[in-house]
Order: sequence, then C-alpha cells, then structure tokens
Amino acid sequence: MMAEVTTTTAKDTPKRKGPGYRFNWVGKIGLAIILFWAVVAVVGPWLAPHPPGEIVDWDYFGPVTKDFWMGTDYLGRDIFSRILMGARYTVGIALAAVTLACTLGVILGMVAAVAGGWFDMILSRLLDAFNGIPSLLFGLVVVAAVGSSIPVLVLTLAAIYMPGAYRFARALAVNVNTMDFVTVARARGEGTPYLILREIFPNILGPVLADLGLRFVFIVLVLSGLSFLGLGVQPPNADWGALVRENIEGLSLGAPAVIFPSVAIASLTISVNMFIDNLPTKIRDRSE
Amino acid sequence: MTNPLVSVRDLRIGATTDAGRKVEIIKGVSFDIEPGEIVALIGESGSGKTTIALSLMGHTRTGCRIDGGNIRLGTSEITAMSERARASVRGTEVSYVPQSAAAAFNPSKRIMEQVIEIAAIHELMPRAEAEKKAVELFRALALPDAEHIGQRYPHQVSGGQLQRLSAAMALIGDPKLVIFDEPTTALDVTTQIEVLRAFKSVMQKGGMAGVYVSHDLAVVAQIADRIIVLRGGEIQEVGSAEQILRAPQHPYTKQLLAAFEPVPHQPVDQPVQAAKPTPVLEVFDLCAGYGPMRDGVPLAKILKNVNFKLERGRNLGVIGESGSGKSTLARAIAGILPAYRGAVMVDGKELKPDLQNRSKDDLQRMQMVFQLADTALNPAHSIGSILARPLTFYEGLRGKAREARVIELLDMVHLPAALRHRLPGELSGGQKQRVNLARALAASPELILCDEITSALDTVVAAAILELLKELQRELGLSYMFISHDLSTVEAICDDVLVMYKGEVVEALPAARMSSEATHPYSRLLISSVPQLDTGWLSGLEQDPELVAQFANR
Repeated sequence: MMAEVTTTTAKDTPKRKGPGYRFNWVGKIGLAIILFWAVVAVVGPWLAPHPPGEIVDWDYFGPVTKDFWMGTDYLGRDIFSRILMGARYTVGIALAAVTLACTLGVILGMVAAVAGGWFDMILSRLLDAFNGIPSLLFGLVVVAAVGSSIPVLVLTLAAIYMPGAYRFARALAVNVNTMDFVTVARARGEGTPYLILREIFPNILGPVLADLGLRFVFIVLVLSGLSFLGLGVQPPNADWGALVRENIEGLSLGAPAVIFPSVAIASLTISVNMFIDNLPTKIRDRSE
Repeated sequence: MTNPLVSVRDLRIGATTDAGRKVEIIKGVSFDIEPGEIVALIGESGSGKTTIALSLMGHTRTGCRIDGGNIRLGTSEITAMSERARASVRGTEVSYVPQSAAAAFNPSKRIMEQVIEIAAIHELMPRAEAEKKAVELFRALALPDAEHIGQRYPHQVSGGQLQRLSAAMALIGDPKLVIFDEPTTALDVTTQIEVLRAFKSVMQKGGMAGVYVSHDLAVVAQIADRIIVLRGGEIQEVGSAEQILRAPQHPYTKQLLAAFEPVPHQPVDQPVQAAKPTPVLEVFDLCAGYGPMRDGVPLAKILKNVNFKLERGRNLGVIGESGSGKSTLARAIAGILPAYRGAVMVDGKELKPDLQNRSKDDLQRMQMVFQLADTALNPAHSIGSILARPLTFYEGLRGKAREARVIELLDMVHLPAALRHRLPGELSGGQKQRVNLARALAASPELILCDEITSALDTVVAAAILELLKELQRELGLSYMFISHDLSTVEAICDDVLVMYKGEVVEALPAARMSSEATHPYSRLLISSVPQLDTGWLSGLEQDPELVAQFANR
C-alpha cells in the first residue's frame, strides 16, 4: 500500500482535460497555414485578380510587377491567380485521397490484425501484389480506361496509397492486439468492431496520424506527376505540381513563375507535418 | 581500521519529468562500503536503489543527474571525474551485473567475445590470457563445460547460466566493487539457489566488495553482510543482515518483514449449500498447446491431461516454475487458448473449448486477472470507462446506475471514487492491479482466475492485495484459482495446491501442510528451494544433486 500513498503524479485529477488538449505554438502555426490554404481553396476563384486560364501578359516568364504579384508563366498567364485556383485542386484532391486511403487502410489493417488467419493472409498478399504495380502506370491505365475527372483522380490516388496505410496500421495493430487488455476484452466476449474501435484504434492513433501526414505529401507529389503526364487536372486549370512542371524552364531565365508554386507546395506539406508532429500529447502518445 | 573502499556522502540525484517538473530521486544518502564487504540495497520499486547503485559507477539514467554530494571509490573521486575518466574506471574498478542477462548479451556474438570485452577495451591483458582467465571464472562460477561454454551463443545456454556468465563478464577486469542489480529476480527458485551460491563463493574467493540491489529480503539475507533499507530516496535503516532480520528498528523495516512472513490461510466457512453441491470448477483430462494443428493436435503440446476440482468458496493454488504450463492452464480454462481435448466444467455445466462459442453467461461466471497490471488496462481509456464496459456488456447498465456501480466497485477494492477520471498511466502498480480486480468483479463472477497477480508488485503492496482478495471472498463468496511461482503467496491465500511440472500436475497438496506432505521429488525440490529469512539458510541447504540435475533446468 506504500506505493499508493507515495504516488507523486497528478493529484489534481478532475480538471485535467483542458491543458491536455492544448497545442504548442509550432502546431498552431501548422494548423494556421493549413486553415489558410483550406480557405483559399474555397474562396480562391473570387479572390483571383485575373482569370487563371487567360493570357494577360504578352511577355512570358514575366517578373513580379504591380499587376502580376507573382509574375507570369510560360504563356503569360498570371501565376498568382493560377496558384489561388490550384489550391482547390491540390488541397482538395490530396486531402480527399489521403483521408480515403488512410481510413480504408487503417480499418482493414485493424480487422486483419484482429481476425488473423486466412483473412489476414489473403488480404495482405493481395495488397502486397497491388503494391507491386508502379503507381504512375496504374494511374495511366485507369485514366486511359475511364477518362480523367476529379473523382477518378481521388479514387486512383487513394487506391495507390491504401496498401501502404494498411500495412502500417496492421503492423501496429498486431502489436496492440497481443496486449493483455485486448485479451481481457476478448475473454469478456466482445466482438471485432468493439475490439478494433475501442481497444486498438486509440492506441495506434498517434503513429497513424504521423503516417497520414507523410502520405499526404506523397499524394501531392504523385498528383503533380500525373498532371505532368496530362492525366491529372485538365488545362487550363492546374494544380501546384503542374505549375512547377510547366514552368520549369523559367528557372534558367530567373523567372519567379516556378518559385511561388514550389513555395506553396512546401508551405502546405511542411505545415501538415508540423501540425501532425505537434498534436497534443494526449492524442499523440496515448500509450505513454 | 582501514579506510572504507567506497564512501558516499550526502548523495543527491535529481530528474526532470516530461512535464518539466524537477523531482529529487535521492535525497541525501550517505554510506560506506568496506573492502570485501557485500552491502545490500533493499526497498520497493521507486525507492532509488538502482539509481544509487548506478551512481557508484558515475552513471545516471537518461534524464537524471547527480546534483550534489560526493562518491569516492578507492582513491578516486567519482563525482569529480570527467566522463572520460569515469569510463576508464568502469570495468576495472567497478563493474555491473544487470538484472536481465538475456538482454545484456548481444545475441549475435559468441559468449567468450563478450566476456573478455572489458579486458580488450581497457587493454588489460592479451587475448589468450583473458580467455584463460574467463575459463577460470567459468569454473569458479560452477558453469558446466567451462572449457567450451564460451564458444556458444547466448541463446544456447539457460537463463541461470547466462546470469552467471554476465557475472564472469563483470569480474574479468578484477574490479574492487561489483554491482549486482537484482540478478536473480527473473530466475526460477531452483535456479536462483545455484546462481546465488556461485556469486557468493566467487566474491568470497576474490575478496571483492559488492553492492547487491534487490527487493527480496530472503535473497539478500543469504549473500549480504550489511543491509541498507531504502524508501523514497532516503535511508531508513542500516544494519548487519542478522540485525535487520532479527531485530529491526525502523517501522518500515518491520513492515517489510511482516509482509514477508506468510500468514497461513484460514479457509472461509461456507454455509452448507445443499442445493449446489457441484464444484465451481472441474477440469477433466485437459490438453492444450500452441502451433499449427495436425490431426486435431497442436505441434507444441503444453498441457497434458490435467485433472482437478475446485469446490465453491475454496481457493486453489497452482505452482511451478516458468514453462511449467501454469499460465497455459489458466488460458485454456478461460478459453483464450482452446483446449484440444478434455473438458472444463463450471457449476457442473460443460463449457465449449473456444471462447467464441461460449455464451455471455458462461463468460460472466469466470473472470481472469492478469499478471502485468499495466498492459491489462487500455492506456487510452479512463478508469471509469474501463470499469463501466463490463457493466454495460453483461448487465446493460447505463447512465446514473452504471456510474453508481463503478463507484461501488472502486470502493470494494479500496480506491477513492475520484480515481475514475484518471487514465491508467496515472496510477501506481498496486492501484492498477486493484482496478484490474475491480473490472473482474464488475461481471459479478463466481470464479476468478488470478495469473501471477502479485508477482510484479512490491512485497508490501502485494500483501495488501492478498488481504483484499481474502476480504472480497468473505463478502462475495468468490472462489479463486491462484497461479503463482511464489510459494509463500500461495500459502497465504490457498486451501489446496497443485504442483505443475512440464505441463503435468505432479501432485495435489493441502496448502497449509505443503512442506510436510509433499511426496513427489519435484514438489520437495521446489518447496525446499524457496529462500528463507535466515542468513544461514543457503549454506545449510542440502539438496540431492541427482534430483536437482533431473528437474532443474540450470
């Protein structure tokens, strides 16, 4: 009983919720930038000073001027307007795809870990085989078969990144699954949905979120790759990756056209990771 | 009077917690160690015994630092040294035998390489000489096949042998001081004897001083000359081993000793239940094992034809060493590991071997409590919701009624109601084990399977848990099946005892007369191997070497 009396931690129990969910400032900055881009994605078209598809400057790769805040691209279109418009595609498609991929992957991964046996075996091997298909090639085939549209892009990207999320979540869930508290729940007679949602999920949430951040970045990159091949967002619109690709020659001319889309991608991906790495400890390290 | 070998004066060690709070772990500890003397540091977990022992090497665990005081070893001032100078002292002046030898050896290198590593690092002697010395040490530590054991890999020797090899590793540099950090805690009792004997003789021969960290008074009594009792980073009492055991002065020392003294269990008088004469649990020819099934029989068979009967309101103890199948038995009864043959009957009703096929009612009657309280509680849920779940699941309780029942359950295990808002990580080990017990009680069971529930707890805390178990039994008429490797715990709570060896029940005995009535040679060996609170016990102990060779996996 001695140890119980001399417990040093936390005597002020009931009011602990408040400080537990507080962000530190790095996380707040990350969140602020993500929110900023999310707002831009929604209201971008109304903010844009020029129509994104229209050639407004006769000089290509124009410098930063009063009219064109971020210069003009290889056809003389306004980069600022194109970035505002591109936010909608990049943020929207990547967010939708990563949410879909991780939700599906994590749920299947947890089910496989809990169910084990043949279900786990067949699902794992199937997804491993799927992982073997090069992602761009897969995208090419899908788009060639059904044509390019935003839902098709989202589904394709989600399909490409789902097996990775599955593998990751399954590996984590297998470890948690052997813990005694899961055995206790099982001995109580609980079913699989309870086991995965209440017992396992809260304990793998931290790493899964970190993985989601990484995957988001990869999806932004693949999306730009698809756009470069003409399979992504269709012209005259473009996502940020496409903006970088199409203006890449401007780099040797010292044009700002390639810099600003890159900065936009960097700001988004870095802030996503800043946000996820600095989630409140309560969510991040539940197990500690 | 010569100068003491080690003198520690007003040692203070502090740490910074994750929250940035500063805590003092060691609060001004002073003691001396004479040359050739073995001093034991004893105390519960968190008392700072390992922290002090490590500080003698000038080492602190990550996050800790030596804030004040000084440590002198021989002529050198450890606390004033640079890290580089400390490194040159480690292994040659002072060395360390860790708790888990299995974790201390690199599994991919041969044992000899690792044993002579200290000699190589400090360039003490040529390799051939070091190897010769290592073989001598192996012989002194009574290791079998001393000539060639060094050529094996760590996984090719037993746990007890590996622990002795790690002592050889520490002794190769002829240190003046050897620190033993709970070296026998993870070993079986029969193995422990041999390891203790080897340590004692090699220390005596070498005339080395030692610091022996342990929580087990009986083990310490065998090896130490002097005992320092620690609690909360402060010395409570210092005295010769004889004095501490026979005439303790400090109330805490007395409490420790009292917790060690087994209180024989008085069977609870059950009202005669003519209506229910059936035993609460009956097991027939139970066989279970692990691995892929071939023709309905698993590859690794663990349990072999286990039979026993547990009457209502009585307690059954299951004892045996690690690997004897005690936990497997509990898991097979609970259905976590489906038995492939045999039957489990609860209240005269046969249960399906597999958990999934048992009804909610069957599951509710029998609850299991696990050894490691921390892993048995989901770290993401509050204590309140952990206890509420079985109430909802079995009885459909919700809202106010459920809340009231949770508070009632916490009260039953002597925990304050406010604890329900906390997370498991914010509780002490004893509190967690109480919550585990409360969760089992939430199902209103008739039988609780306790799998080593006190093994991971400090002696005093464990004694309180046993008291609680007895109290709950009186109030609720429970029956326990109590698995333990610790005979005194079993003696304190059980009416009958099953002795298990390699998956078989070798003998069933009444707990109170366990030592006098045991007839099977293995039971006798096991019972005689339990250390007694007597400094002369180990030297006076005589065991039939043939018996030992037959049953103990040293």
